[in-house]
Amino acid sequence: MNSSFGSNPKVRFGLVVVTFFAALAILGPWLTGTVMGIDPRANDISAIASPPSSEHWLGTTQFGQDVLAQLIAGARGSMFVGVLAALIGTVLAIVFGVTAGYFGGRTDHVLNFVTNIFMVMPVLPLIFIVSGYLRGTGLWMIAIIIGVFGWAGGARTLRAQTMSVRNRDFVLAMRMLGESNPRLIGSEVLPHLGGWVASMFLSAMIGAILAEAGLAFLGISDSGAISWGSMIQAAQSQSAVLRGLWWWFVPPGLCIALIGTAAAMLNFGVDELSNPKLRSATRKVVRRTRRVERAVAAETRTA
Amino acid sequence: MTRHDGAPADTADHEVAVLSAVDVSKHFVVRNAVGNSSVVRAVEHASVDLHAGRIVAVVGESGSGKTTLARLLARFYEPTQGQIRLDGAPVAKGSAARGYHQQVQLIFQDPFGSLNPVHRVRHNLDRALRIHDRRLGRAERRRRAVELLERVSLTPGEDFLDKFPHELSGGQRQRVVIARALAVAPKVLLGDEPISMLDVSIRLEMLNLLGRLSREEGLAMLYITHDIASARYVCDDVVVMYAGQMTEGGPKDRVIGAPAHPYTKLLVESSPDPDRVGTTSRDDQFADAEALGEPPSLIEPPTGCRFHPRCPFAMSRCAEEEPPRTDLGDGHWSRCWLHQVGRADEIGADTYSAALARRDPAEVAS
Ligand SMILES: Nc1ncnc2c1ncn2[C@@H]1O[C@H](COP(=O)(O)OP(=O)(O)OP(=O)(O)O)[C@@H](O)[C@H]1O
Ligand SMILES: [Mg+2]
Repeated sequence: MNSSFGSNPKVRFGLVVVTFFAALAILGPWLTGTVMGIDPRANDISAIASPPSSEHWLGTTQFGQDVLAQLIAGARGSMFVGVLAALIGTVLAIVFGVTAGYFGGRTDHVLNFVTNIFMVMPVLPLIFIVSGYLRGTGLWMIAIIIGVFGWAGGARTLRAQTMSVRNRDFVLAMRMLGESNPRLIGSEVLPHLGGWVASMFLSAMIGAILAEAGLAFLGISDSGAISWGSMIQAAQSQSAVLRGLWWWFVPPGLCIALIGTAAAMLNFGVDELSNPKLRSATRKVVRRTRRVERAVAAETRTA
Repeated sequence: MTRHDGAPADTADHEVAVLSAVDVSKHFVVRNAVGNSSVVRAVEHASVDLHAGRIVAVVGESGSGKTTLARLLARFYEPTQGQIRLDGAPVAKGSAARGYHQQVQLIFQDPFGSLNPVHRVRHNLDRALRIHDRRLGRAERRRRAVELLERVSLTPGEDFLDKFPHELSGGQRQRVVIARALAVAPKVLLGDEPISMLDVSIRLEMLNLLGRLSREEGLAMLYITHDIASARYVCDDVVVMYAGQMTEGGPKDRVIGAPAHPYTKLLVESSPDPDRVGTTSRDDQFADAEALGEPPSLIEPPTGCRFHPRCPFAMSRCAEEEPPRTDLGDGHWSRCWLHQVGRADEIGADTYSAALARRDPAEVAS
């Protein structure tokens, strides 16, 4: 399951993109500080809104900030939101989905009810309201909000998968030996959901990056933090499009588009993963088919 | 009513059975897409006694309730009715399963499904040993794991500890499964067709292993099979199930050698070669039986004796009343009206197909 997930070319493209931006995020401060020697927040009064040049490879903003340095710093902000939100979302999805699927019955009823509420909740308006209360709290809070509101779909998937694993013979056998429920979940069931959890985490991360960009563009963001969304928002507020300052908004836009493509590619991979595999024909089916064959053979002989 | 009588008489009747099912039934409620529910009577009024050092075989065609019976005995399901008794004491509903499973272990049919593909052999044995006795140290557990593997003839045991299930053959896996069950030192081993998915060439060895565990180590065993020859080879007693009910039981030589129920006779006669163990597939085994028609629905089972629609000896009474149990001596019993009306000789008089050919169609239709 895992190997087929990683060997799909579309999935591999998605993984490469994500890995690239992850590396950019991790090495960001070192790249801008040591390699480029530019502070993404510093205002270079001598170069305001200047197009790409040998000094500023991607030009500068209206405020004289280096766009490349901002892009790298923005990758860090965006990835931070993505990873934190995905972490929160995945943990919640596992807690709700796997627990509901494993225990079934009343537990399932309650947890599934909560999941369904989160599923149908109008997330965007809610995020507006919540972030309205929490104005100016930074990327941290944005990530938590996105994570807390975005786990329901994943919980659904994991619940269904858990239900198909929990009554497999090897789980029954270990339960019969006296293995405890937490251990059965952690050591027997969860390893079989590894591919699902990994792909879910990636999709959630990318989804969160896009969500953060969208929110920043709509003005819900910390003005001090740099992310791709806040870059575009700043460009927009300075009418960069009208004034033809394309180098200001195209690079972060491209990054977002690239991440979006990666998300789509990974989703293809998940689809292929979730396609029901050809189930091995059960004995009963085989027997029935044989019986039909025998009957047909008898028919043709008499005819 | 006679069918509610207690445990079947057994040759080892004087001692208390290690594990017994007393008049147990299991009904499953199933819902169809429209939401209508119906009741599947998977097992009805079944009784069986397992004694230390003895193997009881349960024989029957697909859907006769063998697996359900084994799972009732393994307490995967609560019986709808009746009792499971361990050492003569009724097992309370919802009582701690852990203590029970230190005594009773079930071997699944499919050795490929009952080992988690992500864990090494070592993990399986180690967890079982640890659960069984928390005080065991790491080195001691390892020593015992090797010992267990060698007990099921996986030698040298050291070589198998670090193998993953996919690196083992079907027979080796089933041995690991048995070793894992033995790790908790159970008194009862329930085998749900433990050899049916293995290569023909190694079935005999597996049967010998089961026989050895029972005879030399005194385990009580239930051996579920569709293969009469393997039942005869390894077991002491045989119980025949048909459509959720037990139709005949007793010492193997009596039941297989001189069947006292038409269904048993059909099974014995359609078993191609009673002396070749484990070489028949389920399809061959029951091809003749199926030629006689579908096994009965367990949602609306036939009235009276459930076998009557397929029985060459059926009388009008068979369709009306359930046959009572007739004891034939030596622990051999059967549920068939022929015994009650003095026609028991007819069962042995002719082959099944000859009897079938003579069957009066009008009588069955009634
Ligand atoms: N969990 C369940 N829910 C509903 N029906 C069930 C369930 N388990 C078994 N049954 C039904 O009970 C009947 C007996 O099944 P069981 O598996 O015990 O038969 P079996 O003798 O083991 O057959 P096989 O030889 O195919 O393994 C079948 O008709 C089956 O469909
Ligand atoms: Mg079965």
